[in-house]
This record gives sequence, structure tokens and C-alpha cells, in this order.
Amino acid sequence: MAEAQDATVRSTRRAEAADVPLLELRDIHKSFGAVHALRGASLSLYRGQVTALVGENGAGKSTLVKTLAGLHQQDRGQVLLEGEEVSFRDPLHAREAGIAVIYQEPTMFPDLTVAENIFMGRQPLRSLRRIDRKAMRQQALELFEQLGVKIDPDRAAQGLSIADQQVVEIAKAISLDARVLIMDEPTAALSGVEVDRLFAVTRTLQAQGAAVMFISHRFEEVFALADWITVMRDGAHVATAPASELTVDGVIRQMVGRDVASLFPKQETTIGPTALEVKGLSRKGVFSDISFTVRAGEIVGLSGLVGAGRSEVARAVFGIDKYDSGEVLVRDEPLKSLSPRASMAAGLAFVPEDRRKQGLVMELNVSRNLTLTLRRKLSRFGLLTNQSEAQATKEWAKKLQIKAGSPMSPISTLSGGNQQKVVLGKWLATGPRILIIDEPTRGIDVGTKSEVHRLISELAGTGLAVLMISSELPEILGMSDRVLVMHEGRITAELSRKDATEESVMTAATGVDPKTKETTA
Amino acid sequence: MTTLTLQRQPSTAWLGTLTRSREFSVFLALVILIAVTVAANPRFLSAQSIKDLLLNSSILVILAVGQAIVIVTKNVDLSVGSVLGLTAFATGKIFIALPDLPVIAMLVIGIALGAMLGAINGALIAVAKVPALVVTLGTLYIFRGVDFAWAQGQQISPSDLPADFLALGAGTLLGFPYLALIALAVVMAFGLYLKNLRSGREFYAIGSDVQAARLYGIRVGRKVFSAFAISGALAGLGGVIYAAKYGNLDATAGQGLELNVVAAAVVGGVAIAGGVGTVYGAALGAVLLTTITSALPVLGVSPFWQRAMIGVLILASIVLDRYLALRTERRLRGHDSHAG
Repeated sequence: MAEAQDATVRSTRRAEAADVPLLELRDIHKSFGAVHALRGASLSLYRGQVTALVGENGAGKSTLVKTLAGLHQQDRGQVLLEGEEVSFRDPLHAREAGIAVIYQEPTMFPDLTVAENIFMGRQPLRSLRRIDRKAMRQQALELFEQLGVKIDPDRAAQGLSIADQQVVEIAKAISLDARVLIMDEPTAALSGVEVDRLFAVTRTLQAQGAAVMFISHRFEEVFALADWITVMRDGAHVATAPASELTVDGVIRQMVGRDVASLFPKQETTIGPTALEVKGLSRKGVFSDISFTVRAGEIVGLSGLVGAGRSEVARAVFGIDKYDSGEVLVRDEPLKSLSPRASMAAGLAFVPEDRRKQGLVMELNVSRNLTLTLRRKLSRFGLLTNQSEAQATKEWAKKLQIKAGSPMSPISTLSGGNQQKVVLGKWLATGPRILIIDEPTRGIDVGTKSEVHRLISELAGTGLAVLMISSELPEILGMSDRVLVMHEGRITAELSRKDATEESVMTAATGVDPKTKETTA
Repeated sequence: MTTLTLQRQPSTAWLGTLTRSREFSVFLALVILIAVTVAANPRFLSAQSIKDLLLNSSILVILAVGQAIVIVTKNVDLSVGSVLGLTAFATGKIFIALPDLPVIAMLVIGIALGAMLGAINGALIAVAKVPALVVTLGTLYIFRGVDFAWAQGQQISPSDLPADFLALGAGTLLGFPYLALIALAVVMAFGLYLKNLRSGREFYAIGSDVQAARLYGIRVGRKVFSAFAISGALAGLGGVIYAAKYGNLDATAGQGLELNVVAAAVVGGVAIAGGVGTVYGAALGAVLLTTITSALPVLGVSPFWQRAMIGVLILASIVLDRYLALRTERRLRGHDSHAG
């Protein structure tokens, strides 16, 4: 009933605003060297309406966003603002035209305060054009209140979790009072509650007449929020239709141009002896009394809300961060010392959450990144030869189907999914027995996602023990042989594959009864 | 509205903030150094020696302010010594040609000349996108070379310079040397600029994350250019002051000064990685370095050890910075609202 009503409201809204789009992109073309990132992308954003832009990784979504933001200039095609052709010289120009952008990866000034991160260049002023810090702080607090989060505006941005960074980004975009709000995967790092809040704010902006566009790989969000869905494939516009007329399967078909058989092709594996055992790991104020085992051939999913301490546990197990008490045993032997090097020697590999900062050296090319962990093995007389690097690169690029211009392309030119494959390849090349992987498919499109899943599943099939941290429930449920759930630094549940359901995991993750919790979708 | 108002800080919070600040540790080091030196020789604190100290540190302070701005943007300006030298010599030459030129006009000319030289650095760095270290290393030699070619071994002596100009170097106002007052004015002006104006904060944004700065719409190239122009202008001001203070000018004025200037900024807590530090810190660093130079002989330390002491100071301040950063990181992690 409510759904039908909702659909009626949506179609009326569409009818009202369908005349002139607030912002329109027509047949945009953009090349970077030999790579044709955009070849005929089109998009229309209407006042008071939400458009979802979907497409596989490398479909050109982020490039389109950067064109809208004034960061890239199109080679061909038109950008129309209220029917008038415009050309955004730089981000400032686009912002002045009323376009606010939340980028996929948070962009922060780590040394400056949170408040200053929000208001840089637009700080409230008092007499003599001096910055009014009090007002700035107050406005930041009001924004955070609107978003329902508590972040101290006076703290440095350094050390904020990715979710908090994303919240700051959102606060920044909202504070711009923009006519057009563009969000490139705003929810990738957020937990359920934060996503709900973001959506509430989005609806408010929409009601105030802003045109909203967002990119997401989570279909439940797309269908919950969007009036329109625009599908892109290979840098070109494929289809635009009202969300109410589309289905998930239909959209996926248009995105990939084929049917996706299964999202999570988990293979059955034989589970061997215990490979990794963690006993009573504690770190004051971060996590406490963490105990679990991962066996050979087993995929253990570590679930929980963002900030529950999952990544922190993973980092401690791998020896990056210290812990106060507890121990880590690899095949019944305690680790020799607390360092990534000792962990690697014992057969551990760690694929971190933030691949741009922790997993890749963005300045280096694909080949160098891929062979980073192998530099000792590949070097002869202490020298690395390009030849040996190229050989190793070729091998792994083929195994993982990495799509790159050439092994010498800078890693930053690759799409998110392919970057993740490089990180994965880098670690797999060390021949690990235990793989810890944090958010393996964060910001990766459906097609590549299932490839990454297939890869992880195959690896488990060869006897690798996998500890997989993920914020996406379908991923956890689809991939894991066993699910651990963390809440506020403690493991609150350990569920077998058959006991793990969305409800049981969410209950353990929040401590809130899922039945009484308000749902949005 | 009231649900989220963070607790008001107690009224003594400023004291905590002050003592935790990086500048305070430099100030503390300065106080300890003076106390130790005075204990060894009470005359170290005489009015005359304080005046000398202020006078001697003025030029370094002015240059350190400019350097701080450049380093905050994650760049470095190695050409300041040569800019100072060239401007100082130009000052002498101009006064020989125009003996009646007002002192204030000379100051303006010096600043303009320095700004021009700084603009050359800035243009090469911002437009040609060459790292600042390399560009300013190049112009360090070029500006100095021009200086030598122009001077042809010539020396300018105080008798070539107008008396009222030389008075600028030696005179006092209410007991404070003019030069110290000029330095103080520079520190205050740029201190307020960097802290309180939007345009000043953008330097920090660029040094903190240049990519993010671009996304925020900050015109990075223009901004970096202006940082070098400011550094050059202040080195130019330093050159005129140098001429007024010493009177004896040849092509070697300010040779090697650039490293002292960078050292002053680093000791004063301006992080070489950009985005952190204040001109107050850099100025205190400059005073500290000058004080060491005059304190060591009093303490009976051979002047040969002075350079080593400066090195120790640089390393000590980097260790301190690292320690403070780690402490802050730990504190922030505890504060993290989402952690748990």
C-alpha cells in the first residue's frame, strides 16, 4: 500500500519537474591518453529528484562525476545548467554554480581541524575578514547534529575512521547549500544507521528542491532512494528510466550486458586443521578479549558495524598495531615477534581496507606494486631487474584478469576493482597460508565483485585460511563458512553458515532487536 | 540543539593549550638556555646583551617567517640567502647612485626586488612543476652568481651609505632596536594572516594534502607562487636591513644563511612534511638559534661546536615533534566517537 502511494508521489514529482533538467550532460567524451573513459555519456538531473547512476567498475561513473565537478574538462559534448551551456574550468567554478560533490575517497586535510575541513575557503567571517572560529565550530556542530553523529569539530582530521571521514565529507557537501548534490558512493564506508541518516538528509535536500545524484553498488539503496536510474556501460549511456519501472535483475543485465548467474559463487571446501588462532587479544579502549580460530580452507566472516573494532583486530593480528594482552598462534606456534615481517614469514597476508593509502603505492606502476612483496625473491645480487618484474606481473595479471593499459601504467589510472586485484595479487604472490582481507569489495562494481568473490573462494578451496572483514551483509552471508560478529570491541556472536542470517548477524552487531528497529527500505 | 553541545572548556583551558603547543617547547628551551647561561655568567642578561641578541636575531626571524610559509605548503626555499645578498648589494649600489633616496623608499624597493626574485622561484615551481628543492637550489647559485658578476669584487663601505639609513640599523625606539621592531611587526602580521584569514589557511590546506586542496577549489599553483613571492619579499627586506646593519657590503652577504633559516623554522616546529607549524614558532626558533650562538662562548664551549649544537637541536626538535604526534594520535584514537 505504502509502496504504491510512494510510487504515485514519485511520478507526480517527475511530471512537475520533467520540463528542463537543472543539470544536463549531453554526449560527453573524455580520453586520457589512449584510454577512452567516456564515449557518449549523458545524464539529466531534475529539481527535487534523486537520480542513481549505476554501472560496472570502469564504466566511467567517477570520470563523469569529476567532469561535473570541474576537475576534468570534457573533450566533446555539452554541460547544460538550467538549459544554458556551461563549461566548468575548475572545482571552484563548479561549486560557485551550486554543485557540491562527495567523492568516492574522502579528501581530507589531516593536519587541520574537522571544522576547518568542512569550511575551508568558506569559513564564517567576523570583522576585518577574520575567521570566526566560534561560529565555524557552532555551524559544524549543527551539521553533525543534523547527521546525528558526534564528532568534535576541534579535533584534527588525522586519525578519523573512514566512516567519520565520510561523515565529514557529507557535512561539507550539505553546508554548501548546493542546488546539485553529487555523491560518488557515499555509503561505501558507512554502517546501517549512518546510511539511514544520510538518506534522511538527502530527502530533506530533495524536498528543498535540490537535484541529487548518487552512485552506489548497493541496489537496495538505489531502489529505496532514486526516482530515476541511469545505467552506464563502457563510458556510454545505456538507459535511463524511472526506478519504479525497473528491477534489480533488469538493471544488472543492462550494466553488464549479460546475465549475472550468481553474485557469490561460494565453493564447498574441505576444512582442514586450525591455521590461525587468536587468544584473548585485548587493547585498551579498542577491543577486548578477542578469541577465534580460522582453519585451513575455511572462510571466516568478521561482521559488525563500522567502528566495532574489526579492522583494528585485523591490524593487531597482522602485527601492525600493538596489543596489551593475548596471543596470536599460526599453526599452533606463537608469532616470533610483533611485526608485519614476522607475520609474513609465518605465512600471513593482509589486504587492508583503504587500498589507496595502505595497500598500494599510488605513484608506482602496476608492475612495481604487484611485485612489491616479492622484491627480495625477484632480485638478483640485491638488484631488481625489470625483466623479472615483468615476468611476475604478466603471470599475476593473467591469473587475476587485471585490466590495465600496460604493466607500466600508473596504478592510479586503474579502476577500483582492478586496483583491488593488484593488492590481492601482491599478497597472493607471497604464497600465504592465511589471508586477512578487509572489505574486499568496497567500492567495486557487481561484475568485478563476483570475480573477487570467486577468487577468494577458489583460494580457500586450495587450503588457504581466510579471515574476511566486510560491512556488506550479503557478502558475509554468501561467502562465510562461519561468521563472527563484533560489537563495541567484543565478539558478540559466532554463527555457523546455516545459523547466520541477516537478522541474527544484525542483532549481534547492534544489540538492538531487529524487529523493533525502524527500517527505511 | 542542546543534546549535542560539547562541554564548554574550562576557563583555564588556554593555559593547557599554550603549554601543549609546540611553540611553548621552543620557548621553554630558550628560557632554559638563557637561565643556564646566566647562571654561568650573570652579565649575559644585561640590557646591552639583550639588545644585541634582538638585533642579531632580527634578520633570521624575518627570513624564518617567509620560510615557514613556504614549508607549510610542503615546499622549501633555499634561495633566501642569495636573495638577501643580492638585495643587500643592490641597496648599496642604489644609495651610491641616489644618495637622497628616502629610507622608506629603499625598504619598498628591497621588498619589491626580493618579491621579484621569489616570483621567479614561484613561477618555475608552479608552472614548470619542478620540485622546489631543485628550483631554489638552482636559483641559490644563479642569484649569487649575478651578485658576484655585478660586484666584480667591489666592496661598499658604510661611508657610501646615507647616515639616516645606517641609523635604521643601529637606532632604537624606547630602547628597542628598530630592526627588532620591524621583525616583530613582520611576525605579528604574518602570524595573524596565517591564522585568521581564509587566504592564510589555504597554505596549510595545500601542505596538508595538495590533492584535497585542489578538490576544495583552492588554486594551488597561484598559492604556492605567492608563498615564494612572500618568502622572496621578506628576504629582500632582510637584505636592506642587512645593508643598514653592517654597512660593509660585498657579494658574499648572507652566504649560507638559507640553512640557518630552514633550521630555525624546523626547530620552531614547522614540519618539513607541510601543513603544520606557525610563524611564531619559526621566529622563536630563529631567536633560539641566535641565542645559542652567543651563549656557547659564554658557557666556554668552543665556537667550533656551535654548528654541531644546531644540528643536535634540529634532531631534538624532530624527535619532539614525532613524540607529540604519537601522543596526539593516541589521544585522538581514544576520542574517536565511532570507536568501541
